[in-house]
Amino acid sequence: MKHLIDPMDFSVEELEDLFELADEIIDREDDFSQVCKNKILATLFYEPSTRTRLSFEAAMIRLGGQVIGFSSSTSSSVMKGESIPDTVRTVGSYADIIAMRHPKEGAPKYASKYSPVPLINAGDGGHQHPTQTLTDLFTIRKLKGKFSNLTIGLCGDLKFGRTVHSLIKALSRYENIKFILISPKELQIPQYIKMEILNYKNIPFVEVEKLEDAIHELDILYMTRVQRERFFNEEDYIRLKDSYILNKDKLKLAKDDLAVLHPLPRVNEISYEVDNDPRACYFKQVKYGMYVRMALIIRLLEVM
Amino acid sequence: MLYIDSIQRGIVIDHIKAGYGLSIFKYLKLDEADYTVALIMNAPSKKYGKKDLIKIENTIDMDLTILGLIDPNITINIIDDEKIVKKIKLSLPKKVEGLIKCKNPRCVTSEERDIEHRFVLIDEDKGIYKCEYCEQIYTWEE
Repeated sequence: MKHLIDPMDFSVEELEDLFELADEIIDREDDFSQVCKNKILATLFYEPSTRTRLSFEAAMIRLGGQVIGFSSSTSSSVMKGESIPDTVRTVGSYADIIAMRHPKEGAPKYASKYSPVPLINAGDGGHQHPTQTLTDLFTIRKLKGKFSNLTIGLCGDLKFGRTVHSLIKALSRYENIKFILISPKELQIPQYIKMEILNYKNIPFVEVEKLEDAIHELDILYMTRVQRERFFNEEDYIRLKDSYILNKDKLKLAKDDLAVLHPLPRVNEISYEVDNDPRACYFKQVKYGMYVRMALIIRLLEVM
Repeated sequence: MLYIDSIQRGIVIDHIKAGYGLSIFKYLKLDEADYTVALIMNAPSKKYGKKDLIKIENTIDMDLTILGLIDPNITINIIDDEKIVKKIKLSLPKKVEGLIKCKNPRCVTSEERDIEHRFVLIDEDKGIYKCEYCEQIYTWEE
């Protein structure tokens, strides 16, 4: 029995298998509409995350399965003080697979030690969100047809953004990747990522402060939100805030085949005027996220 | 030089980094012992210049692997009939379970009852551990 707790739990080969299956599902979705018939997914969401929960639920329903669960800890027996092991053992008696979101870091890992059924980490605090990483990887593969020979720009809050850290780790397993890390100095990528991944694996990267200085080089632009409260002083915020907003003018500097991604939800870091540009791929990314979750459920349930 | 009698039967914890002897002494609760114990601090050492050492006139039955976490250079000599019958060289334990606590307030260990705090050694040279759950990085000095 396999769980998905950390984005690196799957080898490159296992990921490729998953992505091929997701491709097949997109090509002939009808053939997969009953593969999870009589199977139940439990979504245990100890904190609300409507987007992720709906993606999992839609994935299971499209596979012919059914869904049970809760969407906040106030509406569950957690309020009565039930431990994580007791909850997963109970729910594992009803359901065939569990997707768990929890505000505490490491909670899904702890749960997986006791779960009688496969368990998916649907986000644990600021720690890991492996199905977002699968979504990002699958989107890149769909749009570019490959993972190698790409220049990838990561823009915004690179210090606290867990999706960015996981994506760098996951992409570091492929060849000829170059990263351009675009952020204010306060929000640069943590030192341990530079040391343990980028330097350790000899992956070329540059750090720049402004998006307009780097956008022309990029094949992929991964946008994240920069929050005002993350800046140390107001002066820097005012000086730099517009650098991290993607608009039509900045996009004019970019390649024609750039793909703009975003883990969503966005606030103002991508102007609405960009949405109609063919390079804006973040809503495709959402859809690919559902397909890759379908493939993941199939593989963990071993129904195909 | 200060002279301390050799022990008949017991344990000598040697090559403790100078300054750490007292914390080990306390950790092993030797300050509460009713048998002969000696804590020697700042003894001359060929290897380290100065060292601390502890002599225990008793056979204590305890898990001494934690000492490897404090300082892997520590050596433990088991004494019988005033002779060293066994030398134990410590190394950093690969896993540390239930001995130290994760300090990350966002870690699941901060909330769940009965959860065992577990750490995995990720860098032997630098003595770096990570919490098995939240992956927060720790060195022993912390």
